[in-house]
Amino acid sequence: MRKMTYGQGIKEGMRIRMLENPDVFIFGEDVGLFGGCFGVTSGLFDEFGDKRVRDTPISEGAIIGAAVGSAAAGLRPIAELMFIDFLTVGMDQLVNQAAKMGYMFGGKIKLPMVVRLPAGGGVRAAAQHSQSLEAWLTHVPGLKVVYPSNPQDAIGLMLSAIDDDNPVMYIEHKTLYAVPGEVEDEVKPIPFGKANIKKEGTDVTIITYGKQVYDALKAAEILAKDDIDVEVIDLRSLYPLDKQTIFNSIEKTHKVVLVSEEAKRGAYTGELAAMIAEECFFECDAPIKRVGALNTPIPFSAELEDYVLPNAEDIVNAVKSLF
Amino acid sequence: MKISNQSIIEMYEKMLKIRKFETKAMNLFAEGKIPGFVHLYIGEEAVATGACASLRDDDYITSTHRGHGHIIAKGGDLKYMMAELFGKETGYCKGKGGSMHIADATKGILGANGIVGAGHTIAVGAGLAAQYKGTDQVCVCFFGDASTNQSTFHEGLNLASIWKLPVVFVCENNGYGISVSQARHQAITDISVRAVAYNMPGITVDGNDVFAVYEAVNEAVSRARKGQGPTLVECKTYRWRGHFEGDPTVYRPVEELEQWKKKDPIPRMEKYIIENKVMTEADVTKLNEKMEKMVDDAVDFAVKSNNPSMASAVEDVYTDIIEEARVR
Ligand SMILES: Cc1ncc(C[n+]2csc(CCOP(=O)(O)OP(=O)(O)O)c2C)c(N)n1
Ligand SMILES: [Mg+2]
Repeated sequence: MRKMTYGQGIKEGMRIRMLENPDVFIFGEDVGLFGGCFGVTSGLFDEFGDKRVRDTPISEGAIIGAAVGSAAAGLRPIAELMFIDFLTVGMDQLVNQAAKMGYMFGGKIKLPMVVRLPAGGGVRAAAQHSQSLEAWLTHVPGLKVVYPSNPQDAIGLMLSAIDDDNPVMYIEHKTLYAVPGEVEDEVKPIPFGKANIKKEGTDVTIITYGKQVYDALKAAEILAKDDIDVEVIDLRSLYPLDKQTIFNSIEKTHKVVLVSEEAKRGAYTGELAAMIAEECFFECDAPIKRVGALNTPIPFSAELEDYVLPNAEDIVNAVKSLF
Repeated sequence: MKISNQSIIEMYEKMLKIRKFETKAMNLFAEGKIPGFVHLYIGEEAVATGACASLRDDDYITSTHRGHGHIIAKGGDLKYMMAELFGKETGYCKGKGGSMHIADATKGILGANGIVGAGHTIAVGAGLAAQYKGTDQVCVCFFGDASTNQSTFHEGLNLASIWKLPVVFVCENNGYGISVSQARHQAITDISVRAVAYNMPGITVDGNDVFAVYEAVNEAVSRARKGQGPTLVECKTYRWRGHFEGDPTVYRPVEELEQWKKKDPIPRMEKYIIENKVMTEADVTKLNEKMEKMVDDAVDFAVKSNNPSMASAVEDVYTDIIEEARVR
């Protein structure tokens, strides 16, 4: 075992595949010399050179478009957007091109591309640099969406993302970059669609991912004092989705709370709730509960941002409301 | 060029105001009093000042992530700006926007912007509104060199050109987009050449010479007011600080900064003012002190202001709907 941060885990995953496969390369804004806005690619420019770690102009349309084109032509690009919020600028290339080419062309074209997407709030970066937009992506048939919460998963999911022949959206929570964790000496690819039970419990299931895994575990500790035994599931992969782990847990606990940092209206947790209601309704003995951000843009002021975003206390309250 | 002493003094005052505001913001950030991202305008003061000198209160500007200078030049109030940087309820945006999102509708300031390239097309819309209503208002669109690689730059210039809109595109070419030098982000050195592609006048000026900026933008503004369409004005300048506060600037040589510091727009203007007896040295000192005091008062105002109320978090998403609050 060794220790590394989440950010280092992301880098490690990319580096492993870059060492093995010359077709894997990285590009994005300030990823080279500067090492990325959050330092995730630091050192890779020196190690692999400017052919394989490329600074691009500020042109998100071209960044995603070039990922599509180079993947279609046989490379395995990893494109970084500095913030997930800038996806809007490259959305046509992603949604109308990347997501649909495989299907529209009758399966004749493969797109082994990864788009790295730093997301989430909590750093006082205000409305255009703090969003959680995973629901936009899970809604689009043709995209796979993963969201690691710790260094080990960051590596394993990155390996699978690079190996995958479909466009994979790899979402990273900005507040986790410096968070350390234990990592196995040799990390294997983590197959998509395999959730991770972070804590077993018998009374209620919390389903979440990314930063909120930590909030959920904190809530579980608080709830333990009230003799509520919480099970915490880290989805890791939003699509494909590990329904079986979800069903098994609800069959045991009969109560479920879904947590994400998204504005609640139209959130990915809504999709999860609908799926559970459709496929597992009779196992639930309480309403399916959701915790999310308020339905507002993310405000700048620290007090307002902390109020708008969900936290452990909100999860505790949501769980208690089921008993 | 004919320009009144009164206008010269006003421009000098604006440049000082920007420099002192930014220096204070720099220190406050270092002390941990301002959170989030802060992008400073130190070294580039002549661009916003020279460009806004031909504008009226009812003219528009669009700004960028590096917006403090534009807002001050267009008449923004330091108190409300500083309070916004602190995230206070008295700030321009009630603490919801912060440094990157300051706007003042009463002064035609259509907002600083966190999305690189967003202003180019918003400016076109403001120009369209002026033309549509038959007013002689204009919109000045401020943007950086690196933003000219976004599609919005090209779409915006094209649309402004075919519709002959009253927009002046003012490019602040400071040689970098974060860590990427101009030579690494585009294959041209003079961004004004891009005007050719859209059949509009394009000119490059010394962005550290406030008179040169004034002259070029003034001509562009009068053309725009007369319905003669848009202009692209490129101002060559340099940012002294990192891209954002906290950026170690490993990507540029120290000597480059030193060279540019010698071209500091403020002493340059001071020299002109004193040599041409527009002001005495004593007046200059007094004005410096006045601007410092104004910035200190702004900080004082910000510090004494309240944090926004939690209730305000769910207001302003719509004009007519208040979103659900949280029980906590
Ligand atoms: C759409 C978008 N892409 C990327 C960024 C990140 N970013 C913020 S400022 C900046 C550099 C801008 O350079 P330039 O336009 O030259 O302005 P300068 O900072 O030099 O004033 C970048 C890449 C962003 N805010 N928005
Ligand atoms: Mg620049």
